[in-house]
Amino acid sequence: MSLALAADAGLALLILGLAVWTTIARTAFGAVIGFMAYGFLVALVWVRLAAVDVALTEAALGSGLTGVLLLGAAARLPRDAAAARPGWGLRLAAGVVSAAVAAGLAAVVLLLPVPGPTLAPVATATLPTLGLGNPVTGVLIAYRAIDTLLESVVLVLALIGLWSLARDEDWGGRPDALRAANPGAALVLLAQVLPPLGLLVGVHLFWTGAIAPGGAFQGGTVLAAMWVLTLVAGLTRPPRVGGRGVRLLLVAGPALFLAIGVAGFWLGGAFLAYPAADAKPLILAIEAALTLSIAVALGLLLAGPPGARE
Amino acid sequence: MDSLFTLTPPAAWGAPLLVTALMLPVAALMLAFVLGGRHAERVVLATLPIGLGVAVAIAAAVLHQGATLHYDLGGWAPPLGVSLHADGLSATLLLTTAVVLCAVGLYARADFRVPSGAREARAPLAFWTLLLAVWAGLNAVFLGQDLFNLYVALELLTFAAVPLVCLRGSPQTIAAALRYLLFALLGSVLYLLGGALFYGAYGTLDIALLSARLASGDPIAPAALAAAALMTAGLLAKTALFPLHLWLPPAHAGAPAAGSAVLSALVVKASFFLILRLWFDVMPDPLTHLAAQVLATLGAAAILFGGILALRQARLKMLIAYSTLAQIGYLFLVFPLVASPAAAPALDLVQAPGAWTGGVLQLVSHAFAKAAMFMAAGLIAGALGHDQVRGLGGLGRVLPMTVFAFALAGLSLMGLPPSGGFAAKWLLLSAAIETGQWWWTLVMLAGGLLTGGYLFRVLAPALSTRGPPLTLVKPVERSRELVVLGLALCSVVLGLVPLSSFGLVQIGRLGATGIGLP
Amino acid sequence: MSSVTLFGLCGAALVGLGLFGLIVQPGVLRKILAFNLLGSGVLLLFGVIARRGAAAGIGSDPVPQALIITALVVAFAATVLAVALLRRLVQETGRDSLDTDG
Repeated sequence: MSLALAADAGLALLILGLAVWTTIARTAFGAVIGFMAYGFLVALVWVRLAAVDVALTEAALGSGLTGVLLLGAAARLPRDAAAARPGWGLRLAAGVVSAAVAAGLAAVVLLLPVPGPTLAPVATATLPTLGLGNPVTGVLIAYRAIDTLLESVVLVLALIGLWSLARDEDWGGRPDALRAANPGAALVLLAQVLPPLGLLVGVHLFWTGAIAPGGAFQGGTVLAAMWVLTLVAGLTRPPRVGGRGVRLLLVAGPALFLAIGVAGFWLGGAFLAYPAADAKPLILAIEAALTLSIAVALGLLLAGPPGARE
Repeated sequence: MDSLFTLTPPAAWGAPLLVTALMLPVAALMLAFVLGGRHAERVVLATLPIGLGVAVAIAAAVLHQGATLHYDLGGWAPPLGVSLHADGLSATLLLTTAVVLCAVGLYARADFRVPSGAREARAPLAFWTLLLAVWAGLNAVFLGQDLFNLYVALELLTFAAVPLVCLRGSPQTIAAALRYLLFALLGSVLYLLGGALFYGAYGTLDIALLSARLASGDPIAPAALAAAALMTAGLLAKTALFPLHLWLPPAHAGAPAAGSAVLSALVVKASFFLILRLWFDVMPDPLTHLAAQVLATLGAAAILFGGILALRQARLKMLIAYSTLAQIGYLFLVFPLVASPAAAPALDLVQAPGAWTGGVLQLVSHAFAKAAMFMAAGLIAGALGHDQVRGLGGLGRVLPMTVFAFALAGLSLMGLPPSGGFAAKWLLLSAAIETGQWWWTLVMLAGGLLTGGYLFRVLAPALSTRGPPLTLVKPVERSRELVVLGLALCSVVLGLVPLSSFGLVQIGRLGATGIGLP
Repeated sequence: MSSVTLFGLCGAALVGLGLFGLIVQPGVLRKILAFNLLGSGVLLLFGVIARRGAAAGIGSDPVPQALIITALVVAFAATVLAVALLRRLVQETGRDSLDTDG
């Protein structure tokens, strides 16, 4: 036990060290590298906190896709970006406020009620009626379906916001931010070998999400990461933003979710309710469509606004 | 205590309407995005009247039953499930949102038309879909009863509002949008932290359950205190209350006029609404009394500071944006006036407690007036080719209807009779005097003078008949002027309606402050 | 002290660090990084709360877990939007900070 505690303390210290490094590193590039390592270690913490579903998402999104995004941004920053640091007064004030917030939160953590309140028993008790084994999926797709539905719409909306940053003359073009100018042979090889494996992992995650850790968000993230790899290597090209096909793919998940939700008025007695007999196939259909839409949305979010029309 | 809250009437008619109000803009958003091109505008213009109808129906249902509407999504009751909730205030805000958005939709057609020859263009597609997203986000905020569901709603709103700021794509608007985004994200993450701490202390995110557990008589958990403070700080950043206001003026002034109208009239009200719910529906009274003083002090500072800065602006849209800072300040005076121990007896009376009605009236009349002002400013800027306050001399002769609409909206902002703003400020002033908090009246009166001052700077030259006649760069469509005038009239007419007809805003409120409950 | 409490304190420190960075960092990319640190500190605290709610044979309360997953996706989308705005800002002005404009 004390060994585990020591290991956890080491992990926490390492994470804090990387966070400090991310904050004080001299170059933006160095800070981003520090942040990616940080994200990887945080994923380990999630495992230690018995939240494997979160760990999967964190590893793929938090350090993986976010890292790619930030690296791309750091590479395009102006060299001589020597913006004035704020004065001592502001830094001191900010330091005091931040330290006070951190100290207050630390106190709150130590004073949390024992035992902690939980919904785990209620969440697991009704799980069999849905034909599910993974309570996290139950929360995402049934008990709090509305959050997941709105969340999948948020992704579409973020993409619209991103695309709105294009130049007028580029509208209808392809997003080209990701493509490496000169992909090396190793990258191309990686992009040829990894995606089939990733595809399997992604589909597996979606499929097992019903009983084991995994699900639409996790599966979609892995699929997106694989697609992004092929985009970077130049093996595939992102679709034009004007196309109706890609837009249909993007809304397929939320639209099906909404449609089944509305059908719930008649089938299950309430909006977003599942009929007791057919809950499982309906949930799997929603998860499949969501996985696809999320993968496409995440990939396109990384690909940036449409670039020059060729 | 718990049993009190499970006694919601089982089959109140109209509850499924809440789902419609939430999902109609979401469905329209997806449809507009997939169809694209010129269809996006058509989808919006077809959806707006339906949404208005739904909002009217919800208000009618709440008014008819005299009770809060409640809907458990998926049939899962809280704390496991998420529910929707509409009391009189929610219904009023849904209705206000629908009316303002209908006007904005009609007004924006001329600005966001797909040019002939193109199948689709960037700005129109973005604007129409973002408008639907703003609507979805607002309705989700006004209907939400679960703190995390409300977090998703806030994010929906942020992701819709930020791109609206920089639709024009100029460097200034990009910077304004980025600053807005950073403030909004900070606000969201603090709000989320608050939600997590509430859950850690009480094991639920449902507002009614939380309120019951907080009122159970046990000492309040430290986590709940930290949660309320963090949530308030985050929501204040999103509402742009002084001193967290820096992002607002460039963002609201930089957006296209139709976008400015939506942002200033509606979007900042969403986070204010959540502060109201947090302190009146979640936290117990004694704490609310304390927080009320802090919030109102910041509000008073905002009234004075915003007014003074508005006086000094060279551009009309910046002036209107600074005016929003000041008018938001008034909203925060509601806290000590409603939460005052001296106001408590009034809550037992059937008649409306004035401060609450005054606050809601201020919120609604400002929404109409500010949307009208920004859209009038858009017409003026389009017609003159600039929006320098200095160059408005003689405007009334060339654009009489626009200037008249601007003046009407100004009447409401200043709080002059007969207008919604007058009724609102009158109720707030009376409440301040009745509860013995006369110092807030000084702030309100000073704010009124400042408002008069900055509007005089616009209206005096605009209405003057001297000087050479102005030449217009571009004619102004009469239909757009009528839309603006219609909204300005809404803000005035609110003041002509007898106060007793505002019973709607009280429904579900008796006891919300904890006093009316047996 | 247990591991769970330890990670809770770590989350609290990350929130403070992120907040500090968000306020004092002049460069926008560094602000975005700070926002991500802040967000991950918040989610870590939520994760600690979930772990403390272990019951019914599950190691961590599934409700907060689901909320954390949702919030992670939101944070990613927010980062995308911020980075895209930053890239436009750099293209248009050659600057990567917001300090000079009013």
